[in-house]
Amino acid sequence: MSKQDIHSYLAEFDDIPGTRVYTAKRARKGYQLNQFAMSLMKEENRKRFKENEEAYLDEWDITPEQRKALLARDYNTLLDLGGNIYFLAKVFSTDGLSFVQAVSTMTGMSVEEYQAMMNAGGRSPVGLRSIKEKN
Amino acid sequence: MARIQAGIGCSHIPVLGFAHDTDKEQTDYFKPAFDGFNWTRKWMKEEAKPDVIVLVYNDHASAFDMSIIPTFAIGTAEKFNPADEGFGPRPVPVVEGHPDLAWHIAQSLILDEFDMTMIGEMDVDHGLTVPLTMMYGDVEKWPVKVIPLAVNVVTYPPPSGNRCWALGEAIARAVESFPEDLNVQVWGTGGLSHQLQGPRAGLINKEWDNAFLDKLIGDTQELRKVPHIEYLRETGSEGIEMVMWLIMRGALGKSTKALHRHYHVPVSNTALGHIVLEPVDNSVPPSPTLEGNNDAAQAMID
Ligand SMILES: [Fe+2]
Repeated sequence: MSKQDIHSYLAEFDDIPGTRVYTAKRARKGYQLNQFAMSLMKEENRKRFKENEEAYLDEWDITPEQRKALLARDYNTLLDLGGNIYFLAKVFSTDGLSFVQAVSTMTGMSVEEYQAMMNAGGRSPVGLRSIKEKN
Repeated sequence: MARIQAGIGCSHIPVLGFAHDTDKEQTDYFKPAFDGFNWTRKWMKEEAKPDVIVLVYNDHASAFDMSIIPTFAIGTAEKFNPADEGFGPRPVPVVEGHPDLAWHIAQSLILDEFDMTMIGEMDVDHGLTVPLTMMYGDVEKWPVKVIPLAVNVVTYPPPSGNRCWALGEAIARAVESFPEDLNVQVWGTGGLSHQLQGPRAGLINKEWDNAFLDKLIGDTQELRKVPHIEYLRETGSEGIEMVMWLIMRGALGKSTKALHRHYHVPVSNTALGHIVLEPVDNSVPPSPTLEGNNDAAQAMID
């Protein structure tokens, strides 16, 4: 296998349409955001968060943008701000949403449309592999 | 002497655990997914009866948060509790470990230049418990011991496919040098195509998935060379979990025979894949490392 340096390895990720690969850069940006989400693994924290989201978020060193996106449950923006989907899953589980319900909100489709697409065999990769190659 | 009897590849889709736990296996939606495991459940119970499974999976922000990101971690505990993933732990039996074999593998791998992380205490999430459910169904107690082998496939870069395959080969060498008579299986879990994030979420690639399953059979080593970017483009951002199947494939040696295979779309957001493989002759290449080839060093770890 030919050797690849980390710069060209990472650069290729930006060429995938509609996808945020969880790179070190994103992980660093989202560290506190993801650790906050992780805290919702505990029932007592879920309860406190649900009672007063703003007050709970005050305890975390997250940016105003992350805070805003969290309160709005804007998952695409949260991904841009360094959130990782497995961590953010703690937030939508706390809301009582399934993966299908939460994931559909990132696609611009309604839950029903998204579910119908999945039942029909999912989203085809055709045209969605590369921005540059348009394939 | 311990020997690797078979390898299993299997998706670990959380909703399958939920369907099992809430008695929905036979509903219209889930039946085709579970039916593909009828053969395997019977075979596991009546024929294979492994003593130990080296179960390769990834943690989904359950046992590990962002504070520690081990690339390859091996569970050496006596037992592992099912994790609370946000709605209480799954109502499945506690997972029993095999500390003797786990430590033997860990030490052997390090001499073989795989710098493992050892985990003495850890809860295990759906990545590990769902495949157990798929293969064993409803049981009071898991009829097998499990050595969890957690791989980082969340924060980039995950290990390369080639590295995963080579780790599998090193696991096979380690198992072979364990003195006790044990029937061991290696499982690779996760995948197949799925993307859980961003506007491209919901991506499924049946052709690529099936070509991947094809290449696990026989003696081709083509999958070693598939770069991460290809998994990402072709199978979605979470399709990268398939690199974990290559640890299983590597552990089976030069050539494999398929005993059973199943593919079904969709289960929730994901393509379900499942394959049962048998090694043809268990031959893995000798360790390329000095320590791994060194009899004196081996004697110290036995
Ligand atoms: Fe997974």
